[in-house]
Amino acid sequence: METVPKLGNNVPPKKDKLQGKKKKPRRYWEEETTQTAAGASPGPPRKRKRNRELRPQKPKNTHSTKKSRISKKPQVPKKPWERRSPGPQRSLSGAQDPFAGPAPVPVAVVQKFCRIDKSKKLPRSETKIRSRLEAAEAQEEEISVKAARSELLLAEEPGFLEGENGEDTAKICQADIVEAVDIASAAKHFDLNLRQFGPYRLNYSRTGRHLAFGGRRGHVAALDWVTKKLMCEINVMEAVRDIRFLHSEALLAVAQNRWLHIYDNQGIELHCIRRCDRITRLEFLPFHFLLATASETGFLTYLDVSVGKIVAALNARAGRLNIMTQNPYNAVIHLGHSNGTVSLWSPAMKEPLAKILCHRGAVRAVAVDSTGTHMATSGLDHQLKIFDLRGTFQPLSARTLPQGAGHLAFSQRGLLAAGTGDVVNIWAGQGKASPPSLEQPYLTHRLSGHVHGLQFCPFEDVLGVGHSGGITSMLAPGAAEPNFDGLESNPYRSRKQRQEWEVKALLEKVPAELICLDPRALAEVDVISLEQEKKERLERLGYDPGTKPPFQPKPKQKGRSSTASLVKRKRKVMDEEHRDKVRQSLEQQPQKQEKAKPMGARPSALDRFVR
Amino acid sequence: MSSSRAAESLLALNQQEELEDLPREYPLSTSEDEGDSDGERKHQKLLEAISSLDGKNRRKLAERSEASLKVSEFSVSSEGSGEKLVLSDLLEPVKTSSSLAAVKKQLNRVKSKKTVELPLHKEEIERARTPLEQEIFNLLHKNKQPVTDPLLTPMEKASLKAMSLEEVKMRRAELQRARALQSYYEARARREKKIKSKKYHKLLKKGKAKQALKEFEKLRKVNPAAALEELEKLEKARMMERMSLKHQNSGKWAKSKAVMAKYDLEARQAMQEQLARNKELMQKIQVASESAEEEGGAEEEGEPFVPDVVNEVQMKVDRPNPWMFRNHSGDTKEAEVQGDPEELAEPAAQEAPESEEEGPAVAEEILLKEFEERRSLRQKSGLNQIAKPVGSQEAKDLSSQEVLSELRALSQKLNRESHQSRKQELSSTRTVLVVQREEAAREEEEPLLLQRPERARTLDELEELGKEGCFQNKELPRVAVEGQQLERNPSNHLGVPKEKKRKEQMIDLQNLLTTKSPSMKSLAVPTTVEELEDEERDQRQMIKEAFAGDDVIRDFLKEKREAVEASKPKDVDLTLPGWGEWGGVGLKPSAKKRRRFLIKAPEGPPRKDKNLPNVILNEKRNIHAVAHQVRMLPYPFTHHQQFERTIQTPIGSTWNTQRSFQKLTMPKVVTKPGHIIKPIKAEDVGYRSSSRSDLSVIQRNPKRLSIRHKKQLKKNSVD
Repeated sequence: METVPKLGNNVPPKKDKLQGKKKKPRRYWEEETTQTAAGASPGPPRKRKRNRELRPQKPKNTHSTKKSRISKKPQVPKKPWERRSPGPQRSLSGAQDPFAGPAPVPVAVVQKFCRIDKSKKLPRSETKIRSRLEAAEAQEEEISVKAARSELLLAEEPGFLEGENGEDTAKICQADIVEAVDIASAAKHFDLNLRQFGPYRLNYSRTGRHLAFGGRRGHVAALDWVTKKLMCEINVMEAVRDIRFLHSEALLAVAQNRWLHIYDNQGIELHCIRRCDRITRLEFLPFHFLLATASETGFLTYLDVSVGKIVAALNARAGRLNIMTQNPYNAVIHLGHSNGTVSLWSPAMKEPLAKILCHRGAVRAVAVDSTGTHMATSGLDHQLKIFDLRGTFQPLSARTLPQGAGHLAFSQRGLLAAGTGDVVNIWAGQGKASPPSLEQPYLTHRLSGHVHGLQFCPFEDVLGVGHSGGITSMLAPGAAEPNFDGLESNPYRSRKQRQEWEVKALLEKVPAELICLDPRALAEVDVISLEQEKKERLERLGYDPGTKPPFQPKPKQKGRSSTASLVKRKRKVMDEEHRDKVRQSLEQQPQKQEKAKPMGARPSALDRFVR
Repeated sequence: MSSSRAAESLLALNQQEELEDLPREYPLSTSEDEGDSDGERKHQKLLEAISSLDGKNRRKLAERSEASLKVSEFSVSSEGSGEKLVLSDLLEPVKTSSSLAAVKKQLNRVKSKKTVELPLHKEEIERARTPLEQEIFNLLHKNKQPVTDPLLTPMEKASLKAMSLEEVKMRRAELQRARALQSYYEARARREKKIKSKKYHKLLKKGKAKQALKEFEKLRKVNPAAALEELEKLEKARMMERMSLKHQNSGKWAKSKAVMAKYDLEARQAMQEQLARNKELMQKIQVASESAEEEGGAEEEGEPFVPDVVNEVQMKVDRPNPWMFRNHSGDTKEAEVQGDPEELAEPAAQEAPESEEEGPAVAEEILLKEFEERRSLRQKSGLNQIAKPVGSQEAKDLSSQEVLSELRALSQKLNRESHQSRKQELSSTRTVLVVQREEAAREEEEPLLLQRPERARTLDELEELGKEGCFQNKELPRVAVEGQQLERNPSNHLGVPKEKKRKEQMIDLQNLLTTKSPSMKSLAVPTTVEELEDEERDQRQMIKEAFAGDDVIRDFLKEKREAVEASKPKDVDLTLPGWGEWGGVGLKPSAKKRRRFLIKAPEGPPRKDKNLPNVILNEKRNIHAVAHQVRMLPYPFTHHQQFERTIQTPIGSTWNTQRSFQKLTMPKVVTKPGHIIKPIKAEDVGYRSSSRSDLSVIQRNPKRLSIRHKKQLKKNSVD
């Protein structure tokens, strides 16, 4: 779902000047205050009021409110003198406003914020309902126009990498990029040479400011990677399988050999969660405050970190689980299995929501893009596939890699990184929501060791790679979202702001049971229980309150109300109703025929050979 | 009356018996006197007792220690004595009296007459008493016709003994088949005979005649020799007709019709028809060319005489007998399912106007006849065998060879006929097969094998066809490996129809998984791969081998099938076993009852993953999420879709600008603490307050009005 862009606290949102000033409805207390104030203090409020009354009634937004504020042709403003109404719009200086009225908004942008699915046909509705629907649609339009207008605030543009006259971008090595970019960006490319403590897993915090990594031989460290300020560095004296920041950079979950441990940013162990043992992979669902853990014993456990309770422990019944990823769109956990399937899990269901057969061999890595539309999988059969997650679960494209990808990661803008051996390949798509085209790699990079962990840094064009030789932070232009939501995940936030945000986020915590494949389904009416309730009501009442009662002729004057005439009147009404029905059905029929005709093409003589 | 008389007679009898009983007591009392004879008897008894010691019928020698109930003056018992009471002993008087001699003699005579035991002894059956019987038995024995054991004739038994195990098995199977066929045939005949409709029989006859004519025409073109034979049969029919004068107007029916003919047009027509038929039958048929006759001659020798009925029907048969295939049902199914155009077209051509079920039935008939024929042949040879020493090697060979040749002939016949009908399609293969057959006639080879190559050929074709179909099916290119799947499957033919759909799905899935994806060319190749790159094919082969064992797709399909089964609504079975039925262990309610009390669950909506072979979607409701959904439609809405549309726009600050968020979440009613909310006035609602408000009030409630009015009046009055 498109969220409206917002800037941080330091950038206050502009006031929408164009919002028409409405006359405030008179409140019951206002009258009172004026009345009471009249006696007590005949001061400024009264004056103010008088002023207001004195002002001439200004016609509110004479020209633009009624019309749709979406211009069909963006960027072509109408000639101002045509639109302007003469007279009262003159400014003090006497100059005319060449761009009077609200600025036009491109349709495409508005469309992005529209949520009402107009493709669904509604049943015939009464005027009362229709007016409600119209109101809802008008409201939606208004809101989306406003949102589209505020797109203006997204000032930053994504980066990109282009080869000179047909040069392959994959041939451009990191050193070249670093040379070309500014110093601040160049500083984002670095290598941490940590050969001693084995292959590293790494994780960026949600703001993209902090980096935590854990080596297999127990080395755990967290740092502000932009300033390179080390927050903590410890050795847990145990094998570290995975590491993950919790909702903020202050908390750190480490999957150690036996149990799951939680450390703070000082490196102090806060919790040892013994109910989660032999964890292989960790995943944090930020809006639900759930830490999902996949264990060697085949259990997928959801731990609510806000209350410290295990929400659900699901047995995947597929042996050891060591491939896990989350769908950022709907918070569904994807698990890869050795029988070539990927299963989708929600804490509310004991069984997987879906099972997709992806590969002939075992699945080696799974990644889901930020919009939740594409899933990339790689298997032991050396194939890399991209699946469509919007209902069909069919592969969109597939490629055979020379050695199969062991690790996959999607960036915020839909770049796909795959670690094969000691090489990282990155593929790019056309835009944000399009799947990466696997024909040509966008970037390649060789590392000093075998890849063990991959993650794109949020809001930075950086790909962090943990490998057996340490950590590499490589530049991937165009990987990240350039504009961040200052209220949601602000990389530059202070400690105070973080605390503030924490409280708000906790207040807005989404219950775990709401996780389902289609989150929009929650905005639908539960038809089954609706029907059930209707049925129960019908049983209770003994009749259907929705249906019209049968016509009962009223008794008329003496002599007119004979049985025969009563029957006649009844018959008349019945016939009329019947005729109405027939008329309606006749009206509908030609429509149906028109529909049916184009559907069923003429039978061809070759139909016999169609299988 | 009669009953009373009977009672009287009974009484009389009793008296007589009593009278007779009196003298009986004498011998018992006097038995002790006869010492030596008694001693001898006792000795005898002892011997008997000893001899019966070991046997089953070891008698208890009861000792009499006290007076038993059995000893009474009213009845006689031999208990304890171990000796049977003989009637004659009892009858014997103390003194021989001449008056009883006649009775004794009579009794003896009765005793001597043996009763006939019901299962007669073998000898007794076979003993021929009357001359007619003797004659029949003579005939039977001469032919060695089975008299008691109808399964196998003695000759057959002999040949069985003489044959090797394989042949015996073959023979037995053949016999069994024959028996089964016979029973089928009989049942059919009985059923058909029972049909009373004259019209049906008429049509049947006509149809048969027409068919025969057609066949004959065909035969004349294809095989002149056989046609000639047919002609001969027709000639014979003519002769019979001439002899019997069946269709001349001399029968009972014809005479009756003749009486009616004067007045009834129909009767006249019927008579004329009959006459015409007579004429037709009496007509002499022209003989075909000489050469054809010569050709036919050779075959004629070998073929024994068969009644014309057989041949008439035989003509109809134009394809291999379905009974001859071991798994005929499977074969036919196969043919239908696989939709081989050739094979489908063929039966259509064969089955002329005659109904479809006629085909197999006719074939049965033929086979039966042939078996009979063979049996008669065998009997003949059996006669020969009797003459020769049975154990000799020569005879054995002869009999076995005979059987084989018989079989061969049979198969040849079938083959020939089938080929005749198939001629148009496989002329080339036919010639080859004919040659083969001729060779096979000399060789010792099971003739049924002759049909094998044909079938194999079709199988190959089918396989090819299937493969082609698969290739057509494909939307995406496939790797060559998938061939395995196909190769594995055709081995079992019976499950083909069921498996086909699944197979298609499977193929689809396989397509999906094994789509040949273009391999990646990346600039930097992982170091470990660099060495292997030149051996990429080898590597791929290795991968294939590695995953050959675990059939991921099959497992997945199985899992999906299970999930689908589990999600289907279950039927409710309300049958009470034993209710309204006889009880007992292991009793099952009848099918009818089960059907009656089975409440079928309504078919649910189609599964969402119905058309997605690689996906299993969980259809269960997420109860926890449902709890958060709206379950009541608010007032004006009548359909849930209408309401849904109004709540689709989110109102949270995450999805809206600050202003629109505020606007959306603005409360409808705002109150402020510390301020009194006054009761509503007409002005607040929008009514204009006027000076005439009193009046309106007055108008609205006349009761008050009256009071007020009164007050006002009062005031006025006071004023």
